[in-house]
Amino acid sequence: MSNEMLMTRNVCAVPRDRIPKHDMASFQRIAGRALNAGLRVVSWFGNATGADGGAELTMVLADDADSQLGILSTRPEGATFPSMTPAHSQLHLFEREIAEQFGLTPAGHPWLKPVRYPDGSVPAGTGDFYRVEGDDIHEVAVGPVHAGIIEPGHFRFQCHGEEVFHLEIALGYQHRGIEAALGGDGNPRAVHLAETIAGDTSIGHATAYCQTREALSGQEPPFRAQAIRAMLLELERLANHVGDLGALSGDVAFLPTASFNGRIRGDFLNMTALFCGNRFGRAAVRPGGVLCDLEYARSRKLLAALEQGFNDVQNAVELLFDTPSVLARFEHTGTVPAAVAAALGAVGPAARASGQRQDIRCNHPSGLFRFAQIPMMTCETGDVFARAYVRWLEIQHSVRFIKEAAADLPDGPLMSAPGALKPNHLAVAMVEGWRGQITHVALTDAAGKVCRHKITDPSFHNWPLLAYALRNQQISDFPLCNKSFNLSYCGHDL
Amino acid sequence: MIKALKARWFQKYRTMKYPLAPPPPVPDRFHGMPLVQSDRCRKDCDACIQACPVQALERIPGSPLILTDLGRCIFCGACEAACPSGAIFRDKDYRLSTDKRDDLIVSQERQLPLACGMSGELHRLLGRSLKLRQVSAGGCNACEADVNVLGTLAWDLGRFGIQFVASPRHADGMLVTGPVTRNMASALKDTYDAIPAPKIVIVTGACAISGGLFRGQPECNDGLHGIPVDLYIPGCPPHPLTILDGLLRLIRRLPPDADPSTTTAAKR
Repeated sequence: MSNEMLMTRNVCAVPRDRIPKHDMASFQRIAGRALNAGLRVVSWFGNATGADGGAELTMVLADDADSQLGILSTRPEGATFPSMTPAHSQLHLFEREIAEQFGLTPAGHPWLKPVRYPDGSVPAGTGDFYRVEGDDIHEVAVGPVHAGIIEPGHFRFQCHGEEVFHLEIALGYQHRGIEAALGGDGNPRAVHLAETIAGDTSIGHATAYCQTREALSGQEPPFRAQAIRAMLLELERLANHVGDLGALSGDVAFLPTASFNGRIRGDFLNMTALFCGNRFGRAAVRPGGVLCDLEYARSRKLLAALEQGFNDVQNAVELLFDTPSVLARFEHTGTVPAAVAAALGAVGPAARASGQRQDIRCNHPSGLFRFAQIPMMTCETGDVFARAYVRWLEIQHSVRFIKEAAADLPDGPLMSAPGALKPNHLAVAMVEGWRGQITHVALTDAAGKVCRHKITDPSFHNWPLLAYALRNQQISDFPLCNKSFNLSYCGHDL
Repeated sequence: MIKALKARWFQKYRTMKYPLAPPPPVPDRFHGMPLVQSDRCRKDCDACIQACPVQALERIPGSPLILTDLGRCIFCGACEAACPSGAIFRDKDYRLSTDKRDDLIVSQERQLPLACGMSGELHRLLGRSLKLRQVSAGGCNACEADVNVLGTLAWDLGRFGIQFVASPRHADGMLVTGPVTRNMASALKDTYDAIPAPKIVIVTGACAISGGLFRGQPECNDGLHGIPVDLYIPGCPPHPLTILDGLLRLIRRLPPDADPSTTTAAKR
């Protein structure tokens, strides 16, 4: 294995010259064999090398059973390379992204079109959409501006009556150029930009960003800071899971839980604000540690609020799952079978709802999660019910986790500023955000400057699942299915 | 049904009394606006100006005064941390909205003139019923989330006659978030054009006001330009109270005692 790919672990830096570089044929053979053996693609990206304008492609694979990451690279000769998507669907968007960013064509890719329309030469949302032809087939186009207070994206449905045959999702409207702004060292906005990759995942993305810098400088943050980061991450999960259960309730017109959870979500956001002053955890996580402490008095206040919040959400959610008309709408709606979730590379609660045993906190733990375990919650049915129920189970465990972490909070400083970054290294940091696996990969050059910062939001993995979930569904169930994934537009568009 | 009623009893009545009673307190670590107390500054020190990631601080040439542009500020506190002489005062006032872009530029000697809102015919038409279209144009979903919060039962925006609607044709105005990405510029313009006149425009968050963290990014447009704006709500993201205060100022629904026209912060 060692001469095929470099094996490492989450939040570790490795010298770039130890990453095996293969010709394209052996690269594809090794990667294909690993994917067939059940490894998952965590990231696959290009980085520009040298003055010749060529690009090196690096793939990071996760072996969830062994808590290991495999890294290998290749360099396409010429402007094309054979697409691996026909054999491995989870590479679909990664190959489109490489094509868009580096002008390399994955020959034989089944649906090669832009991902983010980054340079403005082609208006976002244009290009061919997959069309179903025939009697009584009609097309429904939705967006980019949506009916609620939601981010923009375009959805194109091929319908037969009420039934959806196919859904294609075109994004890119939120593209802000964050990746490029994070590569190239010394951007004073870098950590702030990381917090706004997806504003509802500020803690998750900021933590992953900081972990790459800490790994590259070889300096671990103090234990107290690691514990506070983990508590903030779980608070972020609580607020969003509670909000999602309320929104799911609203989408099946069950208003009690929709109303209750809308308010209770705010209570959890206010707990984050009690910690750091901001409801989304801005200015909390920084390279080297955290900026906000949890003193004893504050900890007491937090635990009291947590107890109250949990009692309220328990009452509201038990009502939800105790209502037959809700269950009738949740069950067998938007089903993603386990095999499809695995093939599409699903992550996060959506993957666990389809029986995939993967959770970065368990499989690739970093920070406090190495010492304080949080159980992995899965369901088998892969429908809206499963995605809702996994969230409820995770809410219960996150509350317990925060209580235990607060009771065992280590003493010590909050910050040990990272030093200079090691030159010619690569660091991978994965964090289990509330939507799932957040991956940041940072590469340094010979001068120790970051020359490429690759971000993969969980939404990048999961948008194709939503498209799949809509097959043979009523179009009127789209809002319900969509909310059961609740994916990020800006996290995808970067 | 009986279970739903029992749960309703358990969850209690939760809509806040504000604005008739004081609003819920902001957290003790609230990220308030930074004001530079220039009389405390060390001579020739510009640590805060250098530390600001979004160039929100600027010294008036030939003067010791440092201006804070709340339209750019992301309220991150980097200036406060960098200041060697404790000259940065973080005001805890949640009220930050203004009628004009220039009003967001404040200093020790220049108070924040809070928004006065609509007047005359516009107020007569929209003051009691304001339907808004929200357009996210590159927003990170934090501003959007805290606008959405105002619809929950704790805040109950509907009681003021303000509602977010599903079509620009039903709207009296739009609320814009995000730095206006190149890929959203035309959809945003189309939305604006589809709203029947008279219409109002609200920009929410540093991104929509100035580009915020994305100012200067080639993929973005440095916020909303080319359309008249009626209300600026600064923040990254603004607290829901800040947004609600701005909207209530716009429709002039705040009781007079809760509505001093300027904050007191700058007088300290």
